[in-house]
Amino acid sequence: MRTETNEQKLLEGLAHNDRKAIETIYRQHYNMVQSLILSNSGYPDDARDIFQEAMIVLYEKVRSGSFELNSQLKTYLYSVCRRLWLKRLSQMQRRTSPEVESLEQTVPVEEELELHEQRNKDFLLMEQSMNSLGEPCKSLLEAYYLGKRSMVEIAGDFGYTNADNAKNQKYKCLMRLKKIFSQLKK
Amino acid sequence: MQDTTLLDAVERYIRGEMSPEEKALFEHLRSSNPEVDELVVEHSLFLDKFTQYGQTQQLKNQLKTVHNQLIQEGGIDEQRPAIVITLWKKYKRTVFVAASIAGITALVISGLVSLLSPKVSKEKLEMLSRRIDNQEYKLNNVTNKINSVETSPPAFNRGGTGFLVDGKGYLITNAHVVKNATQVEVQNSLGEYHARIIQLDHQADLALIKIEDTTYHPFTSLPYGISKTGAELGEDVFTLGYPRPEIVYGKGYMSAETGFQGDTTTFQLTIAANPGNSGTPVLNNDGEVVGMVSSTQQNAQGMVFAVRSKNIFQALDAMKSDSTLQTSDSTLSHLKIPQNTFIKGLDRKLQVKRLEDYIFIVKSN
Repeated sequence: MRTETNEQKLLEGLAHNDRKAIETIYRQHYNMVQSLILSNSGYPDDARDIFQEAMIVLYEKVRSGSFELNSQLKTYLYSVCRRLWLKRLSQMQRRTSPEVESLEQTVPVEEELELHEQRNKDFLLMEQSMNSLGEPCKSLLEAYYLGKRSMVEIAGDFGYTNADNAKNQKYKCLMRLKKIFSQLKK
Repeated sequence: MQDTTLLDAVERYIRGEMSPEEKALFEHLRSSNPEVDELVVEHSLFLDKFTQYGQTQQLKNQLKTVHNQLIQEGGIDEQRPAIVITLWKKYKRTVFVAASIAGITALVISGLVSLLSPKVSKEKLEMLSRRIDNQEYKLNNVTNKINSVETSPPAFNRGGTGFLVDGKGYLITNAHVVKNATQVEVQNSLGEYHARIIQLDHQADLALIKIEDTTYHPFTSLPYGISKTGAELGEDVFTLGYPRPEIVYGKGYMSAETGFQGDTTTFQLTIAANPGNSGTPVLNNDGEVVGMVSSTQQNAQGMVFAVRSKNIFQALDAMKSDSTLQTSDSTLSHLKIPQNTFIKGLDRKLQVKRLEDYIFIVKSN
Protein backbone atom coordinates (compact mmCIF):
# COMPACT_ATOMS: atom_id res chain seq x y z
CA MET A 1 0.00 0.00 0.00
CA ARG A 2 2.81 2.31 0.81
CA THR A 3 4.32 2.26 -2.64
CA GLU A 4 0.93 3.05 -4.10
CA THR A 5 0.50 6.16 -2.05
CA ASN A 6 4.08 7.11 -2.77
CA GLU A 7 3.54 6.68 -6.46
CA GLN A 8 0.37 8.72 -6.28
CA LYS A 9 2.32 11.51 -4.66
CA LEU A 10 4.92 11.31 -7.39
CA LEU A 11 2.21 11.57 -10.02
CA GLU A 12 0.70 14.58 -8.35
CA GLY A 13 4.12 16.15 -8.33
CA LEU A 14 4.53 15.39 -12.00
CA ALA A 15 1.16 17.00 -12.76
CA HIS A 16 2.52 20.21 -11.28
CA ASN A 17 5.82 19.85 -13.09
CA ASP A 18 7.55 19.36 -9.77
CA ARG A 19 11.22 18.85 -10.29
CA LYS A 20 11.75 16.60 -7.29
CA ALA A 21 9.03 14.21 -8.45
CA ILE A 22 10.42 14.09 -11.99
CA GLU A 23 13.87 13.41 -10.66
CA THR A 24 12.63 10.54 -8.48
CA ILE A 25 10.75 8.86 -11.31
CA TYR A 26 13.80 9.29 -13.50
CA ARG A 27 16.11 7.69 -10.96
CA GLN A 28 13.81 4.75 -10.37
CA HIS A 29 12.96 3.81 -13.92
CA TYR A 30 15.36 5.23 -16.45
CA ASN A 31 17.85 2.34 -16.41
CA MET A 32 15.11 -0.19 -17.01
CA VAL A 33 13.94 1.67 -20.10
CA GLN A 34 17.48 2.20 -21.28
CA SER A 35 18.29 -1.49 -21.21
CA LEU A 36 15.05 -2.23 -23.05
CA ILE A 37 16.03 0.14 -25.86
CA LEU A 38 19.69 -0.82 -26.00
CA SER A 39 18.97 -4.51 -26.18
CA ASN A 40 16.62 -3.87 -29.06
CA SER A 41 18.95 -2.19 -31.54
CA GLY A 42 18.62 1.26 -30.01
CA TYR A 43 21.16 3.83 -28.87
CA PRO A 44 21.37 5.82 -25.62
CA ASP A 45 19.92 8.83 -27.42
CA ASP A 46 16.89 6.77 -28.42
CA ALA A 47 16.50 5.69 -24.81
CA ARG A 48 16.48 9.31 -23.69
CA ASP A 49 13.92 10.34 -26.31
CA ILE A 50 11.63 7.42 -25.62
CA PHE A 51 11.78 7.83 -21.85
CA GLN A 52 11.05 11.55 -22.05
CA GLU A 53 8.16 10.99 -24.40
CA ALA A 54 6.75 8.39 -22.01
CA MET A 55 7.03 10.95 -19.23
CA ILE A 56 4.96 13.34 -21.33
CA VAL A 57 2.34 10.64 -21.91
CA LEU A 58 2.24 10.08 -18.18
CA TYR A 59 2.00 13.81 -17.59
CA GLU A 60 -0.91 14.12 -20.00
CA LYS A 61 -2.63 11.27 -18.21
CA VAL A 62 -2.29 12.80 -14.77
CA ARG A 63 -3.22 16.24 -16.10
CA SER A 64 -6.45 14.82 -17.41
CA GLY A 65 -7.28 14.13 -13.79
CA SER A 66 -6.42 10.49 -13.35
CA PHE A 67 -3.81 9.83 -10.73
CA GLU A 68 -4.78 6.24 -10.62
CA LEU A 69 -2.84 3.87 -12.75
CA ASN A 70 -4.26 0.41 -13.13
CA SER A 71 -0.79 -0.93 -12.61
CA GLN A 72 2.45 -0.08 -10.97
CA LEU A 73 4.19 2.98 -12.30
CA LYS A 74 7.05 0.77 -13.42
CA THR A 75 4.81 -1.49 -15.50
CA TYR A 76 3.02 1.48 -16.97
CA LEU A 77 6.21 3.24 -18.05
CA TYR A 78 7.61 0.01 -19.44
CA SER A 79 4.47 -0.62 -21.48
CA VAL A 80 4.42 2.89 -22.87
CA CYS A 81 8.11 2.84 -23.76
CA ARG A 82 7.81 -0.56 -25.34
CA ARG A 83 4.95 0.57 -27.58
CA LEU A 84 6.67 3.84 -28.47
CA TRP A 85 9.86 2.02 -29.38
CA LEU A 86 8.08 -0.60 -31.48
CA LYS A 87 6.45 2.19 -33.39
CA ARG A 88 9.72 4.03 -33.82
CA LEU A 89 11.43 0.88 -35.03
CA SER A 90 8.83 0.18 -37.66
CA GLN A 91 9.09 3.80 -38.81
CA MET A 92 12.84 3.59 -39.09
CA GLN A 93 12.70 0.11 -40.63
CA ARG A 94 15.62 -0.71 -38.43
CA ARG A 95 13.65 -3.53 -37.02
CA THR A 96 15.75 -6.63 -36.69
CA SER A 97 13.53 -8.82 -34.58
CA PRO A 98 9.82 -9.22 -35.26
CA GLU A 99 8.92 -8.36 -31.69
CA VAL A 100 10.60 -6.42 -28.94
CA GLU A 101 11.43 -9.07 -26.42
CA SER A 102 9.10 -8.72 -23.57
CA LEU A 103 10.04 -10.28 -20.30
CA GLU A 104 8.25 -7.70 -18.24
CA GLN A 105 4.59 -7.52 -17.56
CA THR A 106 2.79 -5.01 -19.74
CA VAL A 107 -0.55 -3.26 -19.65
CA PRO A 108 -2.54 -2.02 -22.66
CA VAL A 109 -1.74 1.60 -23.38
CA GLU A 110 -2.91 1.94 -26.98
CA GLU A 111 -5.73 4.35 -26.23
CA GLU A 112 -3.55 6.71 -24.29
CA LEU A 113 -0.94 6.67 -26.98
CA GLU A 114 -3.46 7.53 -29.65
CA LEU A 115 -4.55 10.49 -27.60
CA HIS A 116 -0.96 11.42 -27.03
CA GLU A 117 -0.21 11.25 -30.71
CA GLN A 118 -2.99 13.69 -31.45
CA ARG A 119 -1.71 16.05 -28.80
CA ASN A 120 1.82 15.68 -29.99
CA LYS A 121 0.74 16.66 -33.49
CA ASP A 122 -0.89 19.80 -32.10
CA PHE A 123 2.21 20.47 -30.06
CA LEU A 124 4.49 20.28 -33.06
CA LEU A 125 2.13 22.47 -35.11
CA MET A 126 1.99 25.02 -32.35
CA GLU A 127 5.75 25.00 -32.02
CA GLN A 128 6.09 25.54 -35.73
CA SER A 129 3.51 28.35 -35.67
CA MET A 130 5.23 30.07 -32.77
CA ASN A 131 8.56 29.87 -34.51
CA SER A 132 7.24 31.41 -37.69
CA LEU A 133 5.40 34.10 -35.72
CA GLY A 134 8.54 36.11 -35.08
CA GLU A 135 9.39 38.63 -32.39
CA PRO A 136 8.13 40.41 -30.37
CA CYS A 137 4.90 38.44 -30.84
CA LYS A 138 6.38 35.16 -29.68
CA SER A 139 7.81 36.51 -26.44
CA LEU A 140 4.76 38.63 -25.84
CA LEU A 141 2.40 35.67 -26.06
CA GLU A 142 4.71 33.50 -24.00
CA ALA A 143 4.96 36.11 -21.30
CA TYR A 144 1.22 36.62 -21.05
CA TYR A 145 -0.33 33.22 -21.65
CA LEU A 146 2.39 30.92 -20.50
CA GLY A 147 4.35 33.05 -18.07
CA LYS A 148 1.06 34.40 -16.62
CA ARG A 149 2.48 37.85 -16.22
CA SER A 150 0.30 40.95 -15.98
CA MET A 151 -0.18 43.31 -18.88
CA VAL A 152 1.33 46.18 -16.88
CA GLU A 153 4.58 44.25 -16.27
CA ILE A 154 4.73 43.17 -19.87
CA ALA A 155 4.20 46.70 -21.14
CA GLY A 156 7.14 47.83 -19.01
CA ASP A 157 9.40 44.99 -20.14
CA PHE A 158 8.65 45.28 -23.81
CA GLY A 159 8.63 49.09 -23.84
CA TYR A 160 4.99 49.81 -24.65
CA THR A 161 3.74 53.17 -23.40
CA ASN A 162 0.84 51.57 -21.53
CA ALA A 163 -0.81 48.26 -20.75
CA ASP A 164 -3.64 48.89 -23.21
CA ASN A 165 -1.28 49.23 -26.14
CA ALA A 166 0.50 46.07 -25.08
CA LYS A 167 -2.81 44.29 -24.79
CA ASN A 168 -3.86 45.48 -28.20
CA GLN A 169 -0.61 44.22 -29.65
CA LYS A 170 -0.98 40.92 -27.85
CA TYR A 171 -4.39 40.30 -29.42
CA LYS A 172 -3.06 41.09 -32.85
CA CYS A 173 -0.28 38.60 -32.27
CA LEU A 174 -2.71 35.99 -31.02
CA MET A 175 -4.88 36.40 -34.08
CA ARG A 176 -1.87 35.94 -36.32
CA LEU A 177 -0.87 32.84 -34.41
CA LYS A 178 -4.35 31.40 -34.82
CA LYS A 179 -4.23 32.11 -38.50
CA ILE A 180 -0.88 30.43 -38.98
CA PHE A 181 -1.93 27.48 -36.86
CA SER A 182 -5.14 26.88 -38.78
CA GLN A 183 -3.28 27.22 -42.06
CA LEU A 184 -0.68 24.67 -41.01
CA LYS A 185 -3.34 22.33 -39.78
CA LYS A 186 -4.95 22.15 -43.21
CA MET B 1 -17.06 46.03 -32.77
CA GLN B 2 -13.30 45.82 -33.26
CA ASP B 3 -11.69 42.38 -33.36
CA THR B 4 -9.35 43.00 -30.47
CA THR B 5 -12.08 44.38 -28.25
CA LEU B 6 -14.22 41.36 -28.99
CA LEU B 7 -11.35 38.96 -28.31
CA ASP B 8 -10.65 40.70 -25.03
CA ALA B 9 -14.29 40.31 -24.08
CA VAL B 10 -14.20 36.61 -25.01
CA GLU B 11 -11.10 36.01 -22.96
CA ARG B 12 -12.44 37.83 -19.94
CA TYR B 13 -15.65 35.84 -20.30
CA ILE B 14 -13.77 32.57 -20.47
CA ARG B 15 -11.69 33.43 -17.46
CA GLY B 16 -14.80 34.56 -15.60
CA GLU B 17 -13.49 38.08 -15.08
CA MET B 18 -16.74 39.83 -16.09
CA SER B 19 -19.07 41.55 -13.67
CA PRO B 20 -22.53 39.94 -13.46
CA GLU B 21 -24.15 42.68 -15.58
CA GLU B 22 -21.46 42.50 -18.22
CA LYS B 23 -21.69 38.70 -18.24
CA ALA B 24 -25.44 38.81 -18.75
CA LEU B 25 -25.00 41.28 -21.61
CA PHE B 26 -22.30 39.13 -23.23
CA GLU B 27 -24.34 35.97 -22.93
CA HIS B 28 -27.21 37.73 -24.59
CA LEU B 29 -24.91 38.81 -27.41
CA ARG B 30 -23.60 35.25 -27.66
CA SER B 31 -27.03 33.69 -28.00
CA SER B 32 -28.25 36.26 -30.50
CA ASN B 33 -25.09 36.28 -32.57
CA PRO B 34 -23.89 32.84 -33.78
CA GLU B 35 -20.55 34.26 -34.93
CA VAL B 36 -19.74 35.46 -31.44
CA ASP B 37 -20.84 32.10 -30.05
CA GLU B 38 -18.57 30.28 -32.43
CA LEU B 39 -15.69 32.55 -31.58
CA VAL B 40 -16.06 31.81 -27.88
CA VAL B 41 -15.97 28.07 -28.43
CA GLU B 42 -13.17 28.19 -30.92
CA HIS B 43 -11.09 30.62 -28.92
CA SER B 44 -11.34 28.69 -25.70
CA LEU B 45 -10.28 25.56 -27.54
CA PHE B 46 -7.34 27.32 -29.05
CA LEU B 47 -6.28 28.78 -25.73
CA ASP B 48 -6.42 25.28 -24.25
CA LYS B 49 -4.13 24.01 -26.92
CA PHE B 50 -1.83 26.92 -26.51
CA THR B 51 -1.58 26.42 -22.75
CA GLN B 52 -1.00 22.74 -23.24
CA TYR B 53 1.78 23.56 -25.63
CA GLY B 54 3.34 25.86 -23.06
CA GLN B 55 3.11 23.28 -20.31
CA THR B 56 4.50 20.48 -22.42
CA GLN B 57 7.37 22.64 -23.46
CA GLN B 58 8.09 23.49 -19.88
CA LEU B 59 8.01 19.80 -18.98
CA LYS B 60 10.35 18.96 -21.83
CA ASN B 61 12.86 21.52 -20.64
CA GLN B 62 12.51 20.22 -17.12
CA LEU B 63 13.13 16.65 -18.33
CA LYS B 64 16.24 17.69 -20.25
CA THR B 65 17.67 19.46 -17.23
CA VAL B 66 16.95 16.51 -14.95
CA HIS B 67 18.46 14.09 -17.46
CA ASN B 68 21.69 16.03 -17.79
CA GLN B 69 21.94 16.63 -14.06
CA LEU B 70 21.40 12.96 -13.24
CA ILE B 71 24.01 11.88 -15.73
CA GLN B 72 26.51 14.23 -14.16
CA GLU B 73 25.66 13.10 -10.67
CA GLY B 74 25.69 9.47 -11.74
CA GLY B 75 22.06 8.98 -10.67
CA ILE B 76 21.54 7.16 -13.95
CA ASP B 77 24.30 5.70 -16.00
CA GLU B 78 24.03 6.27 -19.65
CA GLN B 79 25.60 3.28 -21.29
CA ARG B 80 27.49 4.75 -24.18
CA PRO B 81 28.63 1.89 -26.33
CA ALA B 82 32.05 2.23 -27.90
CA ILE B 83 32.20 3.78 -31.33
CA VAL B 84 33.08 0.44 -32.83
CA ILE B 85 29.92 -1.12 -31.41
CA THR B 86 27.86 1.75 -32.75
CA LEU B 87 29.42 1.36 -36.17
CA TRP B 88 28.95 -2.38 -35.99
CA LYS B 89 25.26 -1.99 -35.22
CA LYS B 90 24.91 0.52 -38.00
CA TYR B 91 26.66 -1.48 -40.68
CA LYS B 92 25.87 -4.97 -39.42
CA ARG B 93 23.62 -5.72 -42.34
CA THR B 94 26.13 -4.43 -44.88
CA VAL B 95 28.86 -6.49 -43.27
CA PHE B 96 26.73 -9.63 -43.35
CA VAL B 97 25.85 -9.13 -46.98
CA ALA B 98 29.47 -8.47 -47.90
CA ALA B 99 30.67 -11.45 -45.91
CA SER B 100 28.18 -13.82 -47.46
CA ILE B 101 29.04 -12.61 -50.96
CA ALA B 102 32.71 -13.13 -50.17
CA GLY B 103 31.97 -16.53 -48.72
CA ILE B 104 29.97 -17.66 -51.74
CA THR B 105 32.63 -16.36 -54.12
CA ALA B 106 35.33 -18.18 -52.20
CA LEU B 107 33.35 -21.41 -52.24
CA VAL B 108 32.69 -21.14 -55.97
CA ILE B 109 36.32 -20.39 -56.73
CA SER B 110 37.69 -23.16 -54.54
CA GLY B 111 35.13 -25.52 -56.07
CA LEU B 112 36.27 -24.55 -59.55
CA VAL B 113 39.90 -24.87 -58.61
CA SER B 114 39.47 -28.36 -57.18
CA LEU B 115 37.32 -29.32 -60.16
CA LEU B 116 39.73 -28.11 -62.80
CA SER B 117 43.09 -28.76 -61.23
CA PRO B 118 44.79 -32.09 -61.90
CA LYS B 119 44.73 -34.57 -59.08
CA VAL B 120 47.97 -34.48 -57.16
CA SER B 121 49.00 -36.84 -54.45
CA LYS B 122 49.11 -35.34 -51.01
CA GLU B 123 52.30 -33.53 -50.16
CA LYS B 124 54.81 -35.55 -48.26
CA LEU B 125 57.70 -34.64 -46.12
CA GLU B 126 60.96 -36.29 -46.91
CA MET B 127 63.77 -36.49 -44.47
CA LEU B 128 67.07 -35.57 -45.92
CA SER B 129 69.17 -38.19 -44.24
CA ARG B 130 71.14 -40.25 -46.66
CA ARG B 131 71.04 -43.95 -47.21
CA ILE B 132 74.53 -45.04 -47.69
CA ASP B 133 73.71 -47.59 -50.31
CA ASN B 134 75.26 -50.91 -50.76
CA GLN B 135 77.30 -49.96 -53.72
CA GLU B 136 79.00 -47.12 -52.02
CA TYR B 137 79.57 -49.29 -49.02
CA LYS B 138 81.15 -51.92 -51.19
CA LEU B 139 83.26 -49.25 -52.83
CA ASN B 140 84.44 -48.15 -49.44
CA ASN B 141 85.16 -51.67 -48.53
CA VAL B 142 87.22 -52.18 -51.64
CA THR B 143 89.22 -49.03 -51.05
CA ASN B 144 89.81 -50.07 -47.51
CA LYS B 145 90.93 -53.44 -48.57
CA ILE B 146 93.30 -52.01 -51.18
CA ASN B 147 94.82 -49.70 -48.67
CA SER B 148 94.61 -52.48 -46.16
CA VAL B 149 93.96 -50.03 -43.37
CA GLU B 150 92.71 -51.43 -40.11
CA THR B 151 89.75 -53.79 -39.94
CA SER B 152 86.61 -53.30 -41.96
CA PRO B 153 84.60 -50.29 -40.72
CA PRO B 154 81.23 -50.87 -39.07
CA ALA B 155 78.33 -50.97 -41.52
CA PHE B 156 76.75 -47.52 -41.46
CA ASN B 157 73.52 -47.19 -43.37
CA ARG B 158 72.43 -43.65 -42.64
CA GLY B 159 74.15 -40.40 -43.17
CA GLY B 160 73.68 -36.75 -42.60
CA THR B 161 75.54 -33.64 -41.71
CA GLY B 162 76.38 -32.13 -38.36
CA PHE B 163 78.23 -29.11 -37.13
CA LEU B 164 80.03 -28.17 -33.97
CA VAL B 165 78.33 -26.08 -31.33
CA ASP B 166 81.23 -26.34 -28.95
CA GLY B 167 84.89 -26.82 -29.84
CA LYS B 168 85.22 -29.50 -27.16
CA GLY B 169 83.45 -31.84 -29.55
CA TYR B 170 79.73 -31.22 -29.25
CA LEU B 171 77.91 -31.42 -32.54
CA ILE B 172 74.31 -31.04 -33.49
CA THR B 173 72.45 -32.77 -36.26
CA ASN B 174 68.86 -33.81 -36.87
CA ALA B 175 67.36 -36.31 -34.49
CA HIS B 176 66.18 -38.43 -37.43
CA VAL B 177 69.76 -38.87 -38.60
CA VAL B 178 70.91 -40.70 -35.50
CA LYS B 179 67.67 -42.04 -34.10
CA ASN B 180 67.99 -45.61 -32.76
CA ALA B 181 71.61 -45.71 -33.81
CA THR B 182 73.93 -48.09 -31.98
CA GLN B 183 77.02 -46.45 -33.37
CA VAL B 184 77.71 -42.97 -34.58
CA GLU B 185 80.72 -41.79 -36.44
CA VAL B 186 81.57 -38.34 -37.68
CA GLN B 187 84.06 -37.32 -40.27
CA ASN B 188 85.56 -34.11 -41.57
CA SER B 189 88.53 -33.29 -43.76
CA LEU B 190 90.84 -33.96 -40.81
CA GLY B 191 89.66 -37.38 -39.83
CA GLU B 192 87.03 -39.78 -38.63
CA TYR B 193 85.91 -39.88 -35.01
CA HIS B 194 83.66 -41.96 -32.80
CA ALA B 195 80.77 -40.08 -31.32
CA ARG B 196 78.11 -40.68 -28.74
CA ILE B 197 74.51 -39.46 -28.68
CA ILE B 198 73.97 -37.20 -25.70
CA GLN B 199 70.33 -36.37 -26.21
CA LEU B 200 67.57 -36.38 -28.82
CA ASP B 201 64.87 -33.76 -29.07
CA HIS B 202 62.34 -35.20 -31.49
CA GLN B 203 60.09 -32.20 -31.33
CA ALA B 204 62.80 -29.84 -32.49
CA ASP B 205 64.27 -32.68 -34.62
CA LEU B 206 67.60 -32.02 -32.99
CA ALA B 207 70.29 -34.33 -31.67
CA LEU B 208 73.28 -33.44 -29.57
CA ILE B 209 76.20 -35.77 -30.09
CA LYS B 210 79.67 -35.68 -28.67
CA ILE B 211 82.93 -36.74 -30.26
CA GLU B 212 84.68 -39.16 -27.93
CA ASP B 213 87.85 -40.05 -29.66
CA THR B 214 91.43 -39.64 -28.52
CA THR B 215 92.55 -38.54 -31.98
CA TYR B 216 90.22 -35.54 -31.89
CA HIS B 217 91.86 -32.23 -31.15
CA PRO B 218 89.42 -29.78 -29.60
CA PHE B 219 88.96 -26.35 -31.14
CA THR B 220 89.30 -23.41 -28.81
CA SER B 221 86.67 -21.40 -30.64
CA LEU B 222 84.25 -21.67 -33.54
CA PRO B 223 84.20 -19.24 -36.47
CA TYR B 224 80.40 -18.93 -36.37
CA GLY B 225 77.83 -18.02 -33.78
CA ILE B 226 74.26 -19.21 -33.59
CA SER B 227 71.90 -16.34 -34.32
CA LYS B 228 69.24 -15.65 -31.75
CA THR B 229 67.06 -13.78 -34.20
CA GLY B 230 67.26 -16.05 -37.22
CA ALA B 231 66.74 -15.15 -40.84
CA GLU B 232 64.32 -12.71 -42.35
CA LEU B 233 62.07 -13.32 -45.30
CA GLY B 234 64.03 -12.77 -48.49
CA GLU B 235 67.40 -12.94 -46.81
CA ASP B 236 70.18 -14.69 -48.70
CA VAL B 237 71.57 -17.81 -47.03
CA PHE B 238 74.09 -20.50 -47.84
CA THR B 239 74.69 -24.06 -46.70
CA LEU B 240 77.65 -26.39 -46.37
CA GLY B 241 76.76 -30.03 -46.05
CA TYR B 242 77.41 -33.60 -47.13
CA PRO B 243 74.80 -34.86 -49.59
CA ARG B 244 77.83 -36.62 -51.09
CA PRO B 245 80.92 -37.92 -49.35
CA GLU B 246 82.48 -34.55 -50.00
CA ILE B 247 81.35 -31.16 -48.77
CA VAL B 248 78.83 -29.32 -51.00
CA TYR B 249 78.13 -25.61 -50.99
CA GLY B 250 74.59 -24.36 -51.64
CA LYS B 251 73.13 -20.90 -52.03
CA GLY B 252 69.55 -19.76 -51.66
CA TYR B 253 67.20 -17.54 -49.70
CA MET B 254 64.66 -17.71 -46.96
CA SER B 255 61.34 -18.01 -48.80
CA ALA B 256 58.69 -18.40 -46.06
CA GLU B 257 58.31 -17.82 -42.35
CA THR B 258 56.88 -21.26 -41.60
CA GLY B 259 57.79 -24.78 -42.49
CA PHE B 260 55.87 -27.85 -43.59
CA GLN B 261 52.12 -27.26 -43.25
CA GLY B 262 52.59 -24.09 -41.26
CA ASP B 263 55.03 -25.49 -38.69
CA THR B 264 56.35 -22.46 -36.82
CA THR B 265 59.43 -24.14 -35.39
CA THR B 266 60.85 -24.35 -38.88
CA PHE B 267 61.04 -22.05 -41.87
CA GLN B 268 61.19 -22.54 -45.60
CA LEU B 269 64.26 -22.11 -47.78
CA THR B 270 64.59 -22.13 -51.49
CA ILE B 271 67.87 -23.90 -52.00
CA ALA B 272 69.23 -27.10 -53.45
CA ALA B 273 69.17 -29.88 -50.87
CA ASN B 274 69.49 -33.60 -51.20
CA PRO B 275 69.51 -36.62 -48.94
CA GLY B 276 72.49 -36.17 -46.67
CA ASN B 277 71.81 -32.50 -46.15
CA SER B 278 69.93 -33.19 -42.92
CA GLY B 279 71.71 -31.33 -40.15
CA THR B 280 73.42 -28.94 -42.52
CA PRO B 281 73.92 -25.48 -41.03
CA VAL B 282 72.12 -22.62 -42.77
CA LEU B 283 74.21 -19.46 -42.60
CA ASN B 284 73.51 -15.86 -43.52
CA ASN B 285 75.90 -13.58 -45.37
CA ASP B 286 77.69 -12.72 -42.14
CA GLY B 287 78.37 -16.38 -41.47
CA GLU B 288 75.94 -16.65 -38.56
CA VAL B 289 73.99 -19.89 -38.22
CA VAL B 290 70.32 -19.06 -38.74
CA GLY B 291 69.03 -22.58 -38.96
CA MET B 292 69.60 -26.24 -39.68
CA VAL B 293 68.29 -28.06 -42.76
CA SER B 294 65.94 -30.86 -41.78
CA SER B 295 63.59 -31.89 -44.54
CA THR B 296 62.12 -31.17 -47.92
CA GLN B 297 58.70 -31.50 -49.43
CA GLN B 298 58.37 -34.41 -51.79
CA ASN B 299 57.65 -33.55 -55.41
CA ALA B 300 58.30 -29.88 -54.77
CA GLN B 301 61.26 -28.05 -56.18
CA GLY B 302 63.50 -26.16 -53.82
CA MET B 303 61.11 -26.37 -50.87
CA VAL B 304 63.44 -27.09 -48.02
CA PHE B 305 62.63 -26.74 -44.36
CA ALA B 306 65.07 -25.79 -41.67
CA VAL B 307 64.94 -25.73 -37.87
CA ARG B 308 65.03 -22.16 -36.59
CA SER B 309 68.22 -21.14 -34.80
CA LYS B 310 66.05 -19.84 -31.97
CA ASN B 311 64.75 -23.38 -31.45
CA ILE B 312 68.27 -24.75 -31.57
CA PHE B 313 69.13 -22.36 -28.78
CA GLN B 314 66.14 -23.38 -26.70
CA ALA B 315 66.70 -27.09 -27.20
CA LEU B 316 70.38 -26.81 -26.28
CA ASP B 317 69.60 -24.73 -23.23
CA ALA B 318 67.11 -27.33 -22.06
CA MET B 319 69.63 -30.14 -22.52
CA LYS B 320 72.34 -28.20 -20.73
CA SER B 321 70.25 -27.70 -17.65
CA ASP B 322 68.99 -31.29 -17.61
CA SER B 323 70.55 -32.74 -14.46
CA THR B 324 70.16 -36.40 -15.52
CA LEU B 325 72.24 -35.68 -18.60
CA GLN B 326 74.87 -33.88 -16.58
CA THR B 327 75.62 -37.02 -14.61
CA SER B 328 76.27 -39.01 -17.78
CA ASP B 329 78.36 -36.23 -19.30
CA SER B 330 80.32 -34.13 -16.85
CA THR B 331 81.31 -31.35 -19.26
CA LEU B 332 77.81 -30.79 -20.62
CA SER B 333 77.03 -28.02 -18.16
CA HIS B 334 80.06 -26.16 -19.50
CA LEU B 335 78.76 -26.28 -23.05
CA LYS B 336 79.08 -22.80 -24.44
CA ILE B 337 76.73 -22.05 -27.31
CA PRO B 338 78.75 -19.85 -29.68
CA GLN B 339 77.33 -16.40 -30.21
CA ASN B 340 80.09 -14.50 -31.93
CA THR B 341 80.88 -14.82 -35.58
CA PHE B 342 84.43 -14.23 -36.76
CA ILE B 343 83.93 -14.53 -40.51
CA LYS B 344 81.79 -11.43 -41.00
CA GLY B 345 82.60 -9.46 -44.11
CA LEU B 346 84.89 -12.12 -45.50
CA ASP B 347 84.80 -13.24 -49.10
CA ARG B 348 82.50 -16.26 -49.48
CA LYS B 349 85.40 -18.47 -50.62
CA LEU B 350 87.28 -17.57 -47.46
CA GLN B 351 84.22 -18.08 -45.32
CA VAL B 352 83.74 -21.55 -46.76
CA LYS B 353 87.38 -22.40 -46.16
CA ARG B 354 87.15 -21.28 -42.56
CA LEU B 355 83.94 -23.24 -42.00
CA GLU B 356 84.83 -26.56 -43.61
CA ASP B 357 86.61 -28.09 -40.63
CA TYR B 358 83.69 -27.55 -38.27
CA ILE B 359 81.15 -29.38 -40.40
CA PHE B 360 81.03 -33.16 -40.32
CA ILE B 361 79.50 -36.11 -42.08
CA VAL B 362 77.42 -37.96 -39.52
CA LYS B 363 77.08 -41.65 -40.08
CA SER B 364 75.00 -44.01 -38.02
CA ASN B 365 73.44 -47.41 -38.14
